[in-house]
Amino acid sequence: MSSTALWNAKTGLDTQQTRISVIANNLANANTTGFKSDRAVFEDLIYQTVRQPGAQSSQDTQFPTGLQVGTGVRLVATEKLFTQGNLTRTGGSLDLAVQGNGFFQILQPDGTIGYTRDGTFTLDSTGQVVNSSGYVLQPSITIPPNVVNITVGADGTVSAQTSGSAASTQVGNIQLASFVNPTGLQARGGNLLFETAASGTPQIGTPGTNGLGQLDQGSLETSNVNIVEELINMIETQRVYEVNSRAIETISSMLEFANNTI
Amino acid sequence: MDRSLYVAMNGAKQVQLHQATNTNNLANASTTGFKADFDAFNSLPVIGPGYESRIYNQDERSGIDFSGGALQHTGRELDIAVSENGFIEVQAPDGSSAYTRAGDLHTTSAGLLETGAGHPVIGNDGPIALPPFEKLEIGADGTISILPVGQEATTLATIDRIKLVNADAEVLVKGEDGLLRAAPDVSLEADASVAVTSGVLESSNVNTVSELLDMIELTRNFELHVKMMQAIEENDSATTQLLRVN
Repeated sequence: MSSTALWNAKTGLDTQQTRISVIANNLANANTTGFKSDRAVFEDLIYQTVRQPGAQSSQDTQFPTGLQVGTGVRLVATEKLFTQGNLTRTGGSLDLAVQGNGFFQILQPDGTIGYTRDGTFTLDSTGQVVNSSGYVLQPSITIPPNVVNITVGADGTVSAQTSGSAASTQVGNIQLASFVNPTGLQARGGNLLFETAASGTPQIGTPGTNGLGQLDQGSLETSNVNIVEELINMIETQRVYEVNSRAIETISSMLEFANNTI
Repeated sequence: MDRSLYVAMNGAKQVQLHQATNTNNLANASTTGFKADFDAFNSLPVIGPGYESRIYNQDERSGIDFSGGALQHTGRELDIAVSENGFIEVQAPDGSSAYTRAGDLHTTSAGLLETGAGHPVIGNDGPIALPPFEKLEIGADGTISILPVGQEATTLATIDRIKLVNADAEVLVKGEDGLLRAAPDVSLEADASVAVTSGVLESSNVNTVSELLDMIELTRNFELHVKMMQAIEENDSATTQLLRVN
């Protein structure tokens, strides 16, 4: 016994279930440096035309209304919201925050480039600037030994002052990448995003030029998750879930009644 | 066979169709810009010899609820909410003009402005394409101005204006893809009186409480039809009993 009503309610439950996972993930990452919150996007499914409105009821007259029955809801996408997170002062010389558009480029073990807003960098044993997973920042920058002071300018210029020397020497430049459609980037965890056909190709440039944000040394960008908003979304999701499960219960009792009575 | 059984059966079937619309509304209780559907029963008399021998009921979509949904503040520059009776014109997959109130816009890799469901947004002439930008602002009348990449903050460029139309509820019908379309003989022009607010999204206007009440009422209605079928069956077996010769 198939009933459209029953399946409609099922699509409602399914999508709200996914939505609560998205919300829970946002809340879990409320303290993740450089995290951008996700949002679930819903769309109504196709409608079935049971009776066409405007069909001829006789040679000269038309049915004024028809009947179209909807078939529920579906999740079209989860999209990342790239609003700026707050900056917190840490004072670390390799803690970098981007003020505005742009992503740091991180070389992955498989040779591809991952993009991130997480500017927590450290040095590895060879003096290369790496992220917290140990992956190398691109273009790669090597800090010479015996350095007492590292300075990163707003335009990404990295200079190092070695002990015994009064002047600092330039050791490299940090470049940022931007995308036409950053919501189209693919998240794979580890604070990293990857290029897709939807995101477009990266535009690489010097921080502070061509719409790229400036770098701020000694700061980190916090997660842009708005906890209050997520809590409200959670309440709404729960209620919509409840109302849909109530619908299943009701339709089921209807069918049960028919089965038991006739 | 007693014809009344078919009247009761049809009644139960139409109630189930109505329930489907009801649950569709409930399933879309959190779909951005969704407008709830109204269904109503219509009486359909069967003309007999000189009199109406019986009246079937028929479930019909009587209209769409165009009341506004709650506004949710998101702060995202590409989220827009449209004022009352206003609609955003988009291009349907078949190239025709369609209308929506879902303003969760985004740009594609080619710079095309699309709604969350992936329908291109129409501007002054055709779909809106945006050059690479640093910042984007959508004005109250739908005008899109951008700060092009690599330009001074003073060089704001006006790119296009989202085609916003003002339509009465009677003019619009919902297509099978859930988009609204104008009746065949109506062409909707851009209307300057329609305003948009950026950073805000309109949520679904489904009233879950009234839908739940409808659902309960329909369930009782369904049970009534089934009871009728039962009564008719009893009548039938009584008749058979009478006719039985010992």
